[in-house]
Amino acid sequence: MTDNRFFNRSELIGILVLAVFLVVVLPLTLDVFRLNLVAKYLTYAFVALGLVICWGYGGILSLGQGVFFGLGGYCMAMFLKLEASSVENTKIQSTPGIPDFMDWNQITALPFFWKPFNSLTFTIAAIILVPGIFALIIGTAMFKRRVGGTYFAIITQAVAAIMTILIVGQQGYTGGINGMTDLRTLKGWDIRPDHAKIVLYFFEVGCLFACIMIAQFIRHSKLGRILVAMREKEDRVRFSGYSVANFKIFAFCIAAVFAAIGGAMFALNVGFMSPSFVGIVPSIEMVIYTAVGGRLSILGAIYGTLLVNFAKTSLSETFPELWLFGLGGLFIAVVLAFPNGLAGIWGDYVQPRIDRLIASRKSKPDGWTDSSVADGAPAE
Amino acid sequence: MSDEANKGLLSPLRRKLLMGMAAVPAITMLPRASFAQAPATSAVNTTGLAVTDTEVTVGILHSATGTMAISETGSIEAEKLAIEQINAMGGVLGRKIKFIQEDGASDWPTFAEKAKKLLVNDKVAAIMGCWTSASRKAVLPVMEQYNGMLYYPTFYEGLEQSKNVIYTGQEATQQILAGLNWIAKEKGAKTFFFIGSDYIWPRTSNKIARKHVENVLKGKVVGEEYYALGSTQFNSVINKIKLTKPDVIFTDVVGGSNVAFYKQLKAAGIDLAKQPLLTISVTEDEIDGIGGENIAGAYACMKYFQSLDNPNNKTFVPAFKKMWGEKTVIGDVTQAAYLGPWLWKLTVEKAGSFDVDKIAAASPGVEFKGAPEGYVRIHENHHLWSKTRVGRAKLDGQFELIYETADLVEPDPFPKGYQ
Repeated sequence: MTDNRFFNRSELIGILVLAVFLVVVLPLTLDVFRLNLVAKYLTYAFVALGLVICWGYGGILSLGQGVFFGLGGYCMAMFLKLEASSVENTKIQSTPGIPDFMDWNQITALPFFWKPFNSLTFTIAAIILVPGIFALIIGTAMFKRRVGGTYFAIITQAVAAIMTILIVGQQGYTGGINGMTDLRTLKGWDIRPDHAKIVLYFFEVGCLFACIMIAQFIRHSKLGRILVAMREKEDRVRFSGYSVANFKIFAFCIAAVFAAIGGAMFALNVGFMSPSFVGIVPSIEMVIYTAVGGRLSILGAIYGTLLVNFAKTSLSETFPELWLFGLGGLFIAVVLAFPNGLAGIWGDYVQPRIDRLIASRKSKPDGWTDSSVADGAPAE
Repeated sequence: MSDEANKGLLSPLRRKLLMGMAAVPAITMLPRASFAQAPATSAVNTTGLAVTDTEVTVGILHSATGTMAISETGSIEAEKLAIEQINAMGGVLGRKIKFIQEDGASDWPTFAEKAKKLLVNDKVAAIMGCWTSASRKAVLPVMEQYNGMLYYPTFYEGLEQSKNVIYTGQEATQQILAGLNWIAKEKGAKTFFFIGSDYIWPRTSNKIARKHVENVLKGKVVGEEYYALGSTQFNSVINKIKLTKPDVIFTDVVGGSNVAFYKQLKAAGIDLAKQPLLTISVTEDEIDGIGGENIAGAYACMKYFQSLDNPNNKTFVPAFKKMWGEKTVIGDVTQAAYLGPWLWKLTVEKAGSFDVDKIAAASPGVEFKGAPEGYVRIHENHHLWSKTRVGRAKLDGQFELIYETADLVEPDPFPKGYQ
């Protein structure tokens, strides 16, 4: 095998295909509006990627990824909102210079925890650290006590519900149910016009590939193998002397940070952040993206996210009153027929054929083991 | 709502016939607008909107699915009715209105996405849409960035004004002040208890109401409580009401919470015939869910009731019922949504153009004499001059008109002394 630290040959091809698709094909074929929609879908791909590590490999099902998506998104949105709330932009308010929703809630001074968000450096650090530390706390509290499986999923769901209630309830500090709207500039650079959307799209794709590389690295490292071992037989790993809890916490934190980066990208690309991305329903939707794509496949999760969101948009445009049924049908069909998602279809049906085709053309491929064995699925 | 099945049964042909009939009285309402000579497209559309020689496209953007669907369905229905009626009498500047309906799915970012789609992809000339403040706040930056025109139907908290929005519902002072004045005078009320859902509209409305009670009416607010959206437990606040014995309960609880609130109020033995209650959040639509027997006797402060007795409303209500079924009820917002397409049509004809900038500039002063609520006129601040009315809920779920202001009330989205 030509394995290196990041990928084997078939994965390399997969990543290159995805890169060509995202960097060349989509920008050339879509207008700016649709491209911006893809950018929005891709923000969920970060979450799906995190779920592949944490759920697919580590076997930890989190139904609360919206919390981390939200934390990242709100950190970014707070920075952007402060910049949009300059004194001259908010002259009409009773207290100029603070975000509009604070003014509506009779708050007359910027709360202390908002002040550091004037700094972009602090904001970027917060996007990574706040969700990371929060995940560390939840993870430590749960996994050290050996809470796992269904119980863990339920607790993450409760956290998502609590977070929504907190954000909606503290509307003077968070914008409440309306969220933070009307985000305009990043360091004076207007994020709303078309050319900015294109720049942001490529920036996001860049970040996504960086995250894919991290995920690939984890997967091919010893750590990835321990995660898989843990998923399959937790006790054996524990008896072999590994600290299962620490590995689980790590996987959970990585997933949280990926989700938070997605959230921050969302705030930038959509110009908007609201509690409707934090709660239980969006969190479960994010798990569905991963399930449709194939929870064992890093690339599958990204295609799954794109497919589900694309279906959502186009079905709702074509059948505004019936689209939810169509979407529901799609999920049921995928889960019933292809439990390993898109990646499963690829691995079980498409790739063996391609391999056979290549094998019949080239009688003896050099540096490549027998193709019928060359791990059929991108999944383990 | 309850008669979803009914609507589906109408055949397209039958619907068309009914529409034609429904529009006949409308023609007499607005004689001057019909049979206008169609001007050249290049002259009336200089910004590349979806206008052809025979058609003009507008967008309808409401929640057809999700928790808000129950409220927004009425608005969708009213807007479609208005569009059909306008088409039946010749359209706008000789062009038939075609609409593209998008589903906001009770999800604010989806609203923003769909608004953008309507403006950027479909190039619609105007959008009739949004319901909750949250959806409007999400859509507003999109409207301003891509220079669209939004006709927004819901009564709302004010504190907003945009070139790109016409607010066809009441802002907070229009809805609240006259009602409070009336109840203070009529019932000699001095003490008030406020109960609201916890988001921006009730909080702003109650802030305005509190200032008015304290500074103008020289009364006292003896309690102010907020409950999360969707909340169904009101027992503790009902106990507080029993303890403080306010002259008036003033509520802006929204959506499904209303059902629980009025049922628990009744169960606790508070008789609305004796305990005055003034709500700014219950229309005929909500009573459908609450049940007339649970709320009979309560006062609601609105600008429109289905039972209004005027010639416009007498043609509007049957036309609406013919299109959407006998059992449908028409609430305040539904009527305001009906105004949207009409006001847009009248403004386009006044401006002689579909261009958004010209429509925004021509809007102030546009008057609609055929409004079911009577008569409305657009103010310089893009809100409507309209009357405030107080109705008393009856057992059959309708309101009986008790009081209306003599004159139109001026919209004042940034009220001085109430901030």
